[in-house]
Amino acid sequence: MGNTITEKILMAHTDLKEIAPGQLINARVDIALGNDITAPIAIREFRAAGGKKVFDKDKVALVLDHFTPNKDINSAQQCKTVREFAVEHGVKHFYEGGQVGVEHALLPEKGIVLPGDLVIGADSHTCTYGALGAFATGVGSTDLAAAMLTGELWFKVPPSIKFVIHGKLPKWVSGKDLILNIIGRIGVDGALYQAMEFTGETIQGLPMADRLSMANMAIEAGAKNGIFPPDAITQEYVEPRAKRPYKFYTSDADAVYSQIIDIDASKLELQVAFPHLPSNVKGISQAGHVKIDQSLIGSCTNGRIEDLRIAAQILKNRKAAPHVRLIVVPATPLIYKQAMKEGLLDIFMDADAVISPPSCGACLGGHLGILAEGERSVATTNRNFVGRMGHPKSEVYLAGPAVAAASAVLGRIASPEEL
Amino acid sequence: MIFKGKAWKFGDNIDTDAIIPARYLNTSDPKELAKHCMEDADPAFVTKMKPGDIIVGGENFGCGSSREHAPIAIKAAGISCVVAKSFARIFYRNAFNMGLPIFESRKLFDAIEEGREITLDSVHGLITVSDIDQKFSISPIPPFMEQLIADGGLMKHIAKK
Repeated sequence: MGNTITEKILMAHTDLKEIAPGQLINARVDIALGNDITAPIAIREFRAAGGKKVFDKDKVALVLDHFTPNKDINSAQQCKTVREFAVEHGVKHFYEGGQVGVEHALLPEKGIVLPGDLVIGADSHTCTYGALGAFATGVGSTDLAAAMLTGELWFKVPPSIKFVIHGKLPKWVSGKDLILNIIGRIGVDGALYQAMEFTGETIQGLPMADRLSMANMAIEAGAKNGIFPPDAITQEYVEPRAKRPYKFYTSDADAVYSQIIDIDASKLELQVAFPHLPSNVKGISQAGHVKIDQSLIGSCTNGRIEDLRIAAQILKNRKAAPHVRLIVVPATPLIYKQAMKEGLLDIFMDADAVISPPSCGACLGGHLGILAEGERSVATTNRNFVGRMGHPKSEVYLAGPAVAAASAVLGRIASPEEL
Repeated sequence: MIFKGKAWKFGDNIDTDAIIPARYLNTSDPKELAKHCMEDADPAFVTKMKPGDIIVGGENFGCGSSREHAPIAIKAAGISCVVAKSFARIFYRNAFNMGLPIFESRKLFDAIEEGREITLDSVHGLITVSDIDQKFSISPIPPFMEQLIADGGLMKHIAKK
């Protein structure tokens, strides 16, 4: 009986010869990630356990991206705690200030996470790196403390759901729409404790940016990880970035799946997740008249240069509707710079957008784009829970960059085809 | 162990933003977090509940963010344990790792009203409810997780090893 890519990567990080879903294992970690919200608790736990040295300073990543630029004194204190720890332990992948980007955009971009890796992060969207053919999963702060101390962590081997996606994506329809549609189909716990493996001819031709958006939202279906079989597109993305060896794993032909779900992407329209669950998904044609107060383009889901290019294409020579706050958040400094070089920032500024520094702030209702009572935002982010972006009586509508840009112009949730 | 307290019911997909909104994540002080426990699900919750009380949830309790502030807020507020139909996986591991007792029961949620007195016997895996004859079973906990609880959480478990 064969194994899935998820099982193979997990097994390769143990001394086991066999592995099966449901099994509890201890596995070695290639990268352990924390941010300014989650790392302070991990550091407290690490010290309380008598931790003197991180297991490997080259395998720890600490990224101050959530409440930065520091939003208040407490946030500054949290960042200070993490910075002092990073300096004390000589943590190699420490990012702040002008070097910081949204962690899940930054780590792949820098080649810090690679195919075949086992990555844990005290941030639920750590599953993003599955796009590279890595096993990557979100954990808590105590898990991060344990991994920083021992270089290992406990895992329950997940069963895998295989998605076989075929057909050419229609115009404007992206990986974001695919994953929203999938979450809409299976629900926010449709893949609970399981791996989501994305395969099929649509996936084989899908650019890395779209794969990253899809893997990013595996957690919104409750999954432990989302994963893509590495291929030529992976190779092209990774090779110029990697500074250490990496390995491609693929699922065996006779690997066992808990479910196989077939999806025809050629019929997919642009998708919008209505409040207050990422599974509350409608096609854009069914969205109705939803007036918006804000459009947020950015985040670990859709803050990459490819997303900004789509938004700019739509916003060129247009303006955000009166009273709509358009906020663009390039996810990393490199993306910011590239957007500047390509003239995208001019297009955004001419459209009356605010260009935010790279930060997670607005997406999680921290700062840099908070909603008042009764306000609505369309957002290219990943969560639309009650109070996610501000007041508990505000609303978030999740979509891809094409819908977010078109909606900003029209002041209501809209397709670019309506412009 | 025996857990005894009043049941506070929350529905399906209670996310960690509802358990502890991000606007309070500029601290990890358990006492501060406890003040806002469940705030976006029920703003009055912390004023109504008493130490020892039990949260009874539906499906996928604790979904969303990995923030350990969520189980920390619940524990520091004085909730003795959480019983749900199912738990989101990061919340599940966080609870065991940091020492908030959680239990799965498929039937309890739909069978009781809020405010019932619940007694949960974790050794025998049984829940009894005031004025209800029926007993409810809880799903067995894997031996490894039992060990984590016995050792007092993940870090103490590691220290012991």
